[in-house]
Amino acid sequence: MTTHLNLTASTHELRAEGLAVGYGERHVLSGLDLEIEPGTVTSIVGANASGKSTLLRTLSRLLSPAGGQVLLDGRSVHSMPSKELARVLGLLPQSPVSPDGITVADLVGRGRHPHQRMFRAWSAADDAAVAHALDATATADLADRPVDELSGGQRQRVWIAMVLAQQTDLLLLDEPTTFLDVSHQIEVLDLLADLNRDRGTTIVMVLHDLNLAARYSDRLVALEGGRVYAAGPASAVLTEQCVQDVFGLRSRIIDDPVSGGPLVVPVGRHHVAAG
Amino acid sequence: MTATLTPTASTGSPTGSPAGTLAKVTGARLGRRRRRALVIGILSVLVVAVFAASLMVGRTFYGPAEVLGVVFGQDVDGATFTVGTLRLPRAVLAVVAGACFGLGGVTFQTMLRNPLASPDIIGISSGASAAAAFAIIVLGIDGPARSAFAIVAGLGVALLIYLLSSKGGVAGTRLILVGIGIAAILTSLTNYLLSRAGSWDLQEALRWLTGSLNGVGWEQVLPTLVALLVLAPVLLGQSANLESLTLGDDTAAGLGVRVNRTRLVAVIAAVGLVAFATAACGPIAFVAFLSGPIAARLLGPNGSLLVPSALVGTLLVLVADLVGQFAIGTRYPVGVVTGVLGAPFLLYLIVRQHRIGATS
Ligand SMILES: Nc1ncnc2c1ncn2[C@@H]1O[C@H](COP(=O)(O)OP(=O)(O)O)[C@@H](O)[C@H]1O
Ligand SMILES: [Mg+2]
Repeated sequence: MTTHLNLTASTHELRAEGLAVGYGERHVLSGLDLEIEPGTVTSIVGANASGKSTLLRTLSRLLSPAGGQVLLDGRSVHSMPSKELARVLGLLPQSPVSPDGITVADLVGRGRHPHQRMFRAWSAADDAAVAHALDATATADLADRPVDELSGGQRQRVWIAMVLAQQTDLLLLDEPTTFLDVSHQIEVLDLLADLNRDRGTTIVMVLHDLNLAARYSDRLVALEGGRVYAAGPASAVLTEQCVQDVFGLRSRIIDDPVSGGPLVVPVGRHHVAAG
Repeated sequence: MTATLTPTASTGSPTGSPAGTLAKVTGARLGRRRRRALVIGILSVLVVAVFAASLMVGRTFYGPAEVLGVVFGQDVDGATFTVGTLRLPRAVLAVVAGACFGLGGVTFQTMLRNPLASPDIIGISSGASAAAAFAIIVLGIDGPARSAFAIVAGLGVALLIYLLSSKGGVAGTRLILVGIGIAAILTSLTNYLLSRAGSWDLQEALRWLTGSLNGVGWEQVLPTLVALLVLAPVLLGQSANLESLTLGDDTAAGLGVRVNRTRLVAVIAAVGLVAFATAACGPIAFVAFLSGPIAARLLGPNGSLLVPSALVGTLLVLVADLVGQFAIGTRYPVGVVTGVLGAPFLLYLIVRQHRIGATS
């Protein structure tokens, strides 16, 4: 897809330099460099346990790196006031928790936290942001329903509405399509593409489906061995060699008849036509 | 700035206009606020009513005029001693301690996302109680030093549980099991201390085992009142952060909450409240454990449970103390009554969580 930069486009630039992150003795990322251009959609791909979530959590400073730094517009995110950062950069984690019985409108309203003061007084701006987030995700009809009662696809849209209500120019999403059926996956990705195109929101997401990642992203970042194995447009990153090195999988790359981009066709041990 | 949606992105039913959505959002928020105001209002009225009743009712009944007279410092024949010296400190401590237990309990339950994780289940109250009993019985010290002992013990138990269970993730079942074990050890320690006490006093023993308001005077009320006035605002200041923590640590951090700092402040304030109240009247059984879930039932998912839980805690202690004194033939300390209420709920929760744990 293409990115139409417009006046509301994000101008915030996120960059990681020489990141080294681990849990205790275990090193997950080492010497990772990454640059996220404003107004683009970036997908992070990599094998299970390759550190994709760790990278997102470090970019949004949930984790402190042992080495290197994360810079937002040249400032280290680890030295920014936490609410100030949360007004620029939003995160949808891999497994968020919805409190018992909470309604959709209430959950989406939680996204306003970084915009509110200590003894919070709700403002008209808060209501407007929530309404806008509900409309953008087509969840306005669900506003009064308890989140526990929704389908997986609806719930995921509600969580996306929650981070939209945060009104950040940068959005990090960890596996926003996992556990969704294919039509709901497309629905979520179309929604994110709309946000990127219409508001210029910079999007960084972790995706497992290489073909959808290729189609919906301006750039792919392939992680391997705690570093960036390759980064760039899907057509440059998704090579048979890359799939082999990053996922340990043999594959063929053909043209996606729908988007014209690359399409990965995995080659397993079975069901392979001779010739 | 308008987000255009592809037709496939709608749920099938037509989405309201942006203006319609805004009205809906505002309406829902005002509805939540009304429900909140209603619940808090009703609870407050009940607290005032039961508080007033507990000043009037007793071996001798005194009417509102006499009670008010005593409260405002007039000399009322007979009532000045009975109401002013016996009933008033007792009722005030019931209010203050109930609020302390309610706040402390719901803070732990919210933070650890588990109703079983309340301070009276996981050993923090038992620690404070054992320390207070130790201070009085063995060391013979009283007053603020007794409270200090209780606080240190409460924090010590919290730290110990954290260290012993930190491997399983702080919110895990492991923490609760470790806490229940520690509570059992500390309760038997209290039993031991009581059995070693020179003059065996059943009332005093029951105070440290189940909690009692018998014979309290202003010297027990004051430190607890000060603790509530200092620590409750600290907790209320964390209320929005605690609310965000219920969405999971990562989501909360993404919303700009400093997760570890919020936890630390909340734990210290909650342990402080529970320990001060325990030092004054013992670990009034299950009040910390029951207040949050009852408040949640009444309020629904309509915002912070701190204030409603404080009111429910207060109401529980006031009512249970009245029941314990006058409703049954024999006089029972307040903790025996709340214990009878809390035990079935504890069993219910354990059975339910076990079932959830077994199926998921
Ligand atoms: N909280 C944690 N504590 C210890 N190890 C962790 C933690 N989170 C992730 N890891 C480990 O770090 C590695 C990378 O995990 P993660 O970033 O979640 O991978 P991915 O998201 O790519 O599947 C894995 O080996 C995982 O076991
Ligand atoms: Mg992950």
